[in-house]
Amino acid sequence: MELKRTKLYDTHVALSGRMVEFAGWELPVQYPTGPTVEHEAVRTAAGLFDIDHMGQFMVIGEEATPFLNHMVTWDVSNMKDGEAHYSLLCYEDGGIVDDIFIYRRGDGYMVVVNASNRDKDFKWFSLHTGGYNVTVTDVSDETYMLALQGPKAETVLNKLLPNHDAATMAFHTSRSTSLNGIPTLIGRTGYTGEDGFELFFSADEAVRMWNMLLEAGKEDGLIPCGLAARDSLRFEPCLPLYGDEIFSEIDPISARLGFFVSFEKDFIAKNALLKIKLEGPTQKLIGFEMVERGVPRHGYAILSPAGEKIGFVTTGMKAPTAGKFVGLGYVQSSYTKYGTEIAIEIRGKAKKAVVRKRPFYIPAYRRAKK
Amino acid sequence: MANYKFDAKAKYLDTHEWVRIEDGVAVMGVSDVAQDQLSDVVYVDLPAEGDSFKQKDTIAVVESVKSAEDVFAPISGKVIAANEALEGSPELVNQDPYGAGWFLKMEPADLSELDNLMDAEAYEKFVAEEV
Repeated sequence: MELKRTKLYDTHVALSGRMVEFAGWELPVQYPTGPTVEHEAVRTAAGLFDIDHMGQFMVIGEEATPFLNHMVTWDVSNMKDGEAHYSLLCYEDGGIVDDIFIYRRGDGYMVVVNASNRDKDFKWFSLHTGGYNVTVTDVSDETYMLALQGPKAETVLNKLLPNHDAATMAFHTSRSTSLNGIPTLIGRTGYTGEDGFELFFSADEAVRMWNMLLEAGKEDGLIPCGLAARDSLRFEPCLPLYGDEIFSEIDPISARLGFFVSFEKDFIAKNALLKIKLEGPTQKLIGFEMVERGVPRHGYAILSPAGEKIGFVTTGMKAPTAGKFVGLGYVQSSYTKYGTEIAIEIRGKAKKAVVRKRPFYIPAYRRAKK
Repeated sequence: MANYKFDAKAKYLDTHEWVRIEDGVAVMGVSDVAQDQLSDVVYVDLPAEGDSFKQKDTIAVVESVKSAEDVFAPISGKVIAANEALEGSPELVNQDPYGAGWFLKMEPADLSELDNLMDAEAYEKFVAEEV
C-alpha cells in the first residue's frame, strides 16, 4: 500500500526530518535535534507536532447525543457546549475499537480518532446509525491537525489569538477562533502530559500555520518534534497508545481505564464491561521498573520470579524525564501489587524488575490541581 | 545528507563497526554513521571480560530510543575490557563514537582478519553509496 503524506511532508524533509512509516503515513520520527532534546523541549518549553494522520468525524443531527452515548463509554449527555473529553469505543464483548477524543460543538460533536483505526471506526459508527436521526461524516482529509505542547504553549498561542486571551481557556475545552486570519478550532488538550493545545483548521493552510507557529514560538524555545518524542512524552504519564496498551482483545477495565466508563447509562459493551468489573479482570495493566539493567520493549515476555510467563510488555523505554528504565505491560491479576518482583525476558535472559506505581511522570494539569 | 566523521586509523565492517589496533590491543565501537542512524543511545549491553567471539559474531547490543540493534565483532578475539563509562553515559556513543564512546578492548586472535575489513577511505565510499 502506498504511504500517505501530509501537506507538511516537504516541510519536514526541508527540516531534515527522518521520515518513517506510521499507521500508513510517512511522518518524521525525529528532526536533527534528536528525540531526547525534542522530549525535553516539550517538558520545559514547547514542541510542535504534525498529527494530521489523526482522523476527525463530525456527528451531527437531532439525535447526535443519544447516538454517541450508545456508542462510547463516557456519558456525553453531561458534556456542555465547548467541552472536550477522552473516551473509549468498544465492541459488544468489551474489546476496545479505539480510544477517542470527543469535542462537543453546539448540538453536534467532533470525534478525533487514531490514524490506524480511521476506516474501522467509521464503519463501526456507520453500522449503528440505523434508527437514529444522525449523520456521521469523515472530515479528516479537509481538516488539518497540529499539536502545540509544553509549558510555553499558552505563551506562543497567545501571540496569535485576536484577543491574546489563551489563559481564559480551561483544560479540556475548545474554542472557535482565528489565528492570524486562519479559522481554527482550538482544544486545550494533548498527548504529552503537559499543558497544550490541539489545532484544527483547513488543510490548505497547513504550511502557513506551521511556519507561523514556529516563528511565533522561536524565542520561547518552540521546536518541531517527531513521533519518537511523541511516544516517550505520552508514555511517561502512562497515556495509552492504541496497538500497545489497548487493542481489540483488551477491555477498558483491564487497561485501568475504568474512569472513562460510565455505568450510569446504556451503551454498547455495558453488560460485558460490568461483568468484567464485577468478576475482576484476569489480567491487568501494570507499570514496572527494571531492577537489573536493560531496555524493556513492546512484546517482550513478563516472567514470574520462577521464570513462568505471566504477561507481556506493551511499551518500555528509558523514560527521558524520569531517567529510569520503566515499562507498561499486562500481567495475571495476582502479580499487580506494587513491589511485586517480576522479570522481563530480554534477548533470552530474565532481567529482574518490580511492579511500581503509575504514572512515571505526573501530568502538569494534574499537578496544577493540587 | 549528513556530514559523517571517519577515523582514518580505524578499519570498518559493512555493518558500521570500527576497530583500531593500539599497542597490540583491538579497540572497537560503532561508527559515526551507526550512531546517527541509531539516534539517541540509551543503553549498551556489553559482554563480560573473558568472553571470546569470532569475527562477525554478535558481540553487543546497542539500544536507542526506538530500537535494539546487534553489534558485530569486527575481528575474532577475547574481551579484555568493556567501557564502563557507557553504563552511566550511553550518550558518549552519540557524542564521540571513535573516542570516549568505544565499546570493548579485545585481545585479537588473528590480525590477518583486518584484511577483510574496509579502510576509512573504502568505508567512506561505501557509506556514500549505500547509506
